[in-house]
Parts: sequence; structure tokens; C-alpha cells
Amino acid sequence: MGVTRSLLAALMMGSLAALAPPRAHGGDDSAAIMQQHAAEDAAERAARWKSLQQAVFGARQMQDGSGVIQIDAPEHALDAALVPVTLTVKPGTPVKGVYLVIDNNPSPVAGHFTFGPRADPRVLKMRVRVNQYTFIHAVAEASDGRLYVSQQFVKTSGGCSAPVGPDNSQALQDVGLMKLHLLGPFQAGKPVQAQLMIRHPNFNGMQMDLITRAYTPARFIRTIDASYDGAAVFHLDSDISLSTDPVITFGFVPDKRGTMSLIVRDSDNALFNHSFDVPAG
Amino acid sequence: MPLTMAEVAPGVFMRRGVDEDVSVANDDAIANIGFIVGREAVAVTDAGGSLNDGRRLHASIRRVTQLPIRYVLMSHVHPDHVFGAGAFSADHPTYVGHAALPGALAARWEYYRVRTEAILGRDSVGPMVTPTMLVKDRAQIDLGGRIVELTAHGTAHTDCDLSAFDRRSATLIAADLLFVRRAPSLDGSLKGWLKELTLLKSIPAKRAVPGHGPTSVNWPDGSQDLERYLGVLLRETRAAIKKGVEIDAAAKTVGLSERSRWLLFDDYNGHNVLQAFKELEWE
Repeated sequence: MGVTRSLLAALMMGSLAALAPPRAHGGDDSAAIMQQHAAEDAAERAARWKSLQQAVFGARQMQDGSGVIQIDAPEHALDAALVPVTLTVKPGTPVKGVYLVIDNNPSPVAGHFTFGPRADPRVLKMRVRVNQYTFIHAVAEASDGRLYVSQQFVKTSGGCSAPVGPDNSQALQDVGLMKLHLLGPFQAGKPVQAQLMIRHPNFNGMQMDLITRAYTPARFIRTIDASYDGAAVFHLDSDISLSTDPVITFGFVPDKRGTMSLIVRDSDNALFNHSFDVPAG
Repeated sequence: MPLTMAEVAPGVFMRRGVDEDVSVANDDAIANIGFIVGREAVAVTDAGGSLNDGRRLHASIRRVTQLPIRYVLMSHVHPDHVFGAGAFSADHPTYVGHAALPGALAARWEYYRVRTEAILGRDSVGPMVTPTMLVKDRAQIDLGGRIVELTAHGTAHTDCDLSAFDRRSATLIAADLLFVRRAPSLDGSLKGWLKELTLLKSIPAKRAVPGHGPTSVNWPDGSQDLERYLGVLLRETRAAIKKGVEIDAAAKTVGLSERSRWLLFDDYNGHNVLQAFKELEWE
């Protein structure tokens, strides 16, 4: 991933010049900025996806994913630094992994989930940053290795350079703190959704500190491993596109009462471990 | 061209900001800004949303008094309150802010400047102005027979809110700790804002100057609408989190009973819910 990431970052840097709408207080898009976004036409967007596809998946064929994976995000997101995305895997085609690609972000591969034996891959939710108007693509990798793709257009911008908090230096105070809760009743052998919350600023290296005249160094979550009583639920390769204090909703199948273990590693190689009783208490 | 100023109390002059977001037409003159005149000096509070807004305020001051402009208060980090600060640099005032303001400005000035100048044009904002008099808890400035008490608040509207209380006229310059009629914007802490409002209500002020809305309201009665709105936001966001409602779904449903009571409600409420949700989901 390392090589791919820096290659793509270099490819996409040109797009950073595009300005974002003001969020002085809350703000709306200005006419000038709307025009800038409109300037990138459908052909350019298609070409961008084609080159991304090449960079991430090489020559592998990709099929229409409408029967396999669905991607849902607000068309007009309220906050570019917190765009909720839901990936729904439809029944019928077993999948072993899912990619989320935000085409126009400086590092477009926002996340790659690989599912383990305890996973229920049907619904995944996360919150991401969106730098400018963009297509987002969900790619499902079926158990037989075939790739299926779905896409959605998102109109929001500025999420990557948005300050993490009024004072970036305070953002690391509780780093690594985690919470996990089940979103449905626990029943042994039955799939259940869980929400994982992680305190982490996920600095993407694009937040400016004007006193030091430097950008706050990137520090972001690289991997998350979730396992249940030792059996893998998912492995996530993530990147700078996850929002501050990431929240990830995923499904798993607990065969009995047990322990959900989370291992989070960030780009400074800091390691955060937490274990949660399932059900809680 | 000077601004239209209202003398909300003897020696306290305020300009009503328009209830809009920044645009070419309004030059970011959207916040209530003004000045206090003492026997020896003038304090500006706040400087306005662009260099032009600040220059006009400067001209308005000179129509009233030739006394030196000794202080420029910067109530918090938002551009509509601080981007006029550079218009006073030739007066060599003491710029005053919350102890957390320099860090917040460092993190945000450039982000806001690029976005504001994309609308208002180059050089409408200018280089960053950093406060040199920092208030950690409380402080006073003396304008000559006129003491203005300054309070650095805990995280509320933002994490660097500074209020000013003019003892002589019993006027509280609440800045964006108080919104009236224009939808509040939450960029700090919902629980913290409610707490700081309680504290502000105990200040023996007859009137308060909101950051947005009319230039003067009775105090503490003038806080009622804001407290009610923040209370609704707190209760309904908590309830949504408890019910397992997703953050984006909550942003569409929380607070709607307040919709008819605020200007620009649709531009701010959803974002406020996101902020509240992020804060309260960790409870």
C-alpha cells in the first residue's frame, strides 16, 4: 500500500489547488467556487477513476456492482470533514473484502476492509473527509476474486484542510481511547452490528499551524484489526481520509459470549489495544 | 464611509451586522461590532469581518472621538470578528484575546483567509493578527475612568471566547456567546456553552450586546431563546444517540421545533447537531 499511496498522492496533488467553499461560520457555496467544481467535466472524472483503478487494482476486470454492493452518502454533506458513508453488501455474492475510494482526495484509497471468519460483511459505516466534489467508489472483492464496483457523487469540499479543532495541539489528549457498543441485542450465533469509536485526530498533514508556519505533521490510523475470541472479524487498511475520532460500524457473528479485541496502529507506529466483553458487563 | 452606529449605552457604540453569511455584497460585515469610549482611550470590540469592515469601523470611531485606540478586543477565532483587526495596526493598539486564541488563530487563520478571500478578493483580510494581551481567567482594561472587565470562558461557542463587561454602563459585550434571532453556531462545546451562559447570567448587566442579532437586549432575559435552543439540541441529540440514530439522520431531525424561531436555521442547525453528536456520543 505504501508505494501505491505515495504514488497516488503525487498524482492527486494538482487537485489540491481547487478552493473549497467558505465555512466561516457554517456557510454556503459561493458562485465562483461552484464554477470551479463544475469545470471538471464528466470525461475528466471518468479518466481519473480509470487511472485510479489502474493504480490500485492493476489490469483486473471490474464489473457493475449494482447487484453486489451499494454505497450511500449524503449528496450534499453538511460537514466536509465528517461525511458518513454506508457500504451495503447485498446477499447472494460472498465477499472477502471491500474498498472505499474517494477519487478526488489527495490519497484516494480511504479504506480497505478484509473480512475474517467472524465477520458479517453486510453493512459497514464510517465517516470520512472529502476534499472536493468527487465520485466515491465502493469496490467489493468477491470470494472468487472478482471485483464489483458501485459509485456515488458527493458535493462537498474542504474536509481535508479543515482544522481538527480550534487548537490542534489538544487533539492528542485522549488518543487511543476506544468505545464499543452493540447496536442490537446479543444472541449467540446471530449476526449483530457493533459501533467502534476511537479517539484519534487522524491528522492528514494538511492542517496548517501559522505560528510555526508549518503543517501539523500527518498522524493517522493505518490499520485496525478486530477479532472475536481470537478469530478475525476484519482487518482495515485505512488512510488520511478517515475523519477525526473515527467511528466505524461493522457486523460480526458471536458464536457465544466472548471478547472483542481491537488493535489499532497509527502512522507513528503507536499501538492501541482494547478488549471488550460481548455483551458488555 | 463610516458605519451606522447605535449608541446602546452612553459611550458604547455598536454596529448591527446583517443576518447573512459572507458575500461580496456585505464585505463580511455580518457580526455586531463596535467600540467603548473612556476618558482617555477607546477599546474596539470586535474589529469586523474584513479589512474594509475594520476600516469603516475606524472611520466611525473618528467621527465620535479623536482619543487613541488603545485596545482591540478579539472575542474569538471566527473570521467575521477578527479579520478587521489589521485595519487598526497603524494605531498600535494592544490586541486582547483569550489565552487559547493564538493557537486557534494559528490553526485557522489561513484556512479562513483563503476561503474569505476567494469571495471578497485578494488582500481583503491581510496577514494574521495575534493578540499580545492574553486573558487566562479574568483581566481588566482601563479606558480612563472606565474599567472594562474581561472574562476568558471555558469552551463554549468556541474554545477561545472572551466576553467584556463595561461596569459604568452595566453593559455586557457577549459577542458570540450570545446569538439572538440569528441561528447560533456551535464550534466548541454544547455542555460548556450552557455552563458559560449560566455564569454570564450572574453578571450584573442591564443589557447585553449579542454577536449576532439586535445590538442590545435586556439581560439576563435576552439569553432565553439561546438557552432554550441549546437545551433542545442537548436533549434531542442525547435521545437520538441513545436510540442508535445515525449521526446524519440525527442532523435532519434534531432541533426542528426551533426552525421557525431562527434566521438562517437551515444553514446552521444540521452542523450544530453534528457538533453536539460528536461531543455527546462519548458520554
